[in-house]
Amino acid sequence: MNYQSAIEVSGLVVDRGRRRVLDGIDCSIPAGSVTGLLGPSGSGKTTLIRAIVGVQIVKAGTVTVLGKPAGSAPLRRTVGYVTQAPSVYADLSVRENARYFASLYGLGAADAERAIADVGLTSAARQLVGNLSGGQRSRASLACALVASPEVLVLDEPTVGQDPVLRDDLWAQFHDLSGRGVTFLVSSHVMDEAGRCDRLLLIRDGELIADDTPAGVRAAAGTDDLEAAFLRLIREREEKVAA
Amino acid sequence: MSVGITLSTSGRIVRQLRHDRRTVALLIVVPALLLAVLYYMYEDAPGAFDRIALTMLGIFPFVIMFLVTSIAMLRERTTGTLERLLTTPLGKVDLLFGYGIAFSVAAAVQGAVATGVAYWLLGLDTAGSAGLVLLIAVVDAVLGVALGLLCSAFARTEFQAVQFLPVVVVPQILLCGLFVPREAMSGWLQAIADVLPLTYAVDALLEVGKSAEATATMWRDVIIVAGAAVLALVLAAATLRRRTP
Repeated sequence: MNYQSAIEVSGLVVDRGRRRVLDGIDCSIPAGSVTGLLGPSGSGKTTLIRAIVGVQIVKAGTVTVLGKPAGSAPLRRTVGYVTQAPSVYADLSVRENARYFASLYGLGAADAERAIADVGLTSAARQLVGNLSGGQRSRASLACALVASPEVLVLDEPTVGQDPVLRDDLWAQFHDLSGRGVTFLVSSHVMDEAGRCDRLLLIRDGELIADDTPAGVRAAAGTDDLEAAFLRLIREREEKVAA
Repeated sequence: MSVGITLSTSGRIVRQLRHDRRTVALLIVVPALLLAVLYYMYEDAPGAFDRIALTMLGIFPFVIMFLVTSIAMLRERTTGTLERLLTTPLGKVDLLFGYGIAFSVAAAVQGAVATGVAYWLLGLDTAGSAGLVLLIAVVDAVLGVALGLLCSAFARTEFQAVQFLPVVVVPQILLCGLFVPREAMSGWLQAIADVLPLTYAVDALLEVGKSAEATATMWRDVIIVAGAAVLALVLAAATLRRRTP
């Protein structure tokens, strides 16, 4: 497949405190794809995501989104960001949250209702977010990003705590939107979600270990199981470093 | 800066407040109750209630709005909504003025109830009009909001946020002329009082107490308090960073 890239990361280095969290990341995320960002907790996934949406102070390197520097003013209309902890107002209803976020983009109530329907929360639209289950809460948070119909959606672990049927629906929706040109970067620490992505980025200890299609990762490691494939790639890398 | 986004942000904050019925009840009832306590404390000292209650009508909204805002803004920071808002077209000034407007609306309701109770139930007597007292109370609340927003930028936890009360608010109450008239304080204390905005709010209220018509001094004081509030809001916007470590 020949995609144009929506996100370009080059030589990205991020320090948090004295710790180097990202150590020279280079990658390119094709437009209109669903790219999975996988890695264990603490590997630097969230930091990379924060750098891409432009809220992370970076030490070196560049991040370009849709041809513009990450975090620059025009991107604030076209890049949607869903943080790991659902960042919506717990003391507002789902509908009030969606309408507020819609208003930030100059959109109205109809757009808010569409976004609520897209995440399957229409029946809970009047409920306070604080009274929802964890899974519903993160869908409310997702609705507040979908409301603006962004061209790039960056989602930090959006499927944690969702029931399997809903998780399936969400992934189907990501692919549906990506078919219409939306670029997705979805982080997860669950390997069974890797197979659902068009491309995979595997990150460990702040370094990129793999940047390929799921088929490519399987072929490189010589195994059909993605979990085992990642394990093999990590081992190979460690042996190379040791040698 | 966008007027539409600022107003929809204020609307959102007022809606959040409305869902929190207990906070609304506390905001409205507590100042009136405290004024009633003052009334009974000074029952036998003629004139004292008029002076102290009048001053308190300016101090209550300042203190309460300072606290409420610094916690509200800190919550915005710790729940991640602030980080998210800063990736949207919302400007930093939109957010801060949104807070300013929302809490001034709350302060106007609170001030109207407290002023009404003070004049009608507790027999507060001032030479000037109750409307001016309410105006000064609201401007004072905006000052509290603005300082609360500014201070919350320097707090990482609720514990730290609350500690700004003794640092920023209490000295202003001590030196504003409530306990000791400013003229009676030593020179260096007067010099400190002169740079604290609450001093001018209390001075404006005492002017309303003394004169039937709004005086030039009162208007000057109100403008100083409002100016300090706008300055604090602008500083708060300047300390708000889109990128964080």
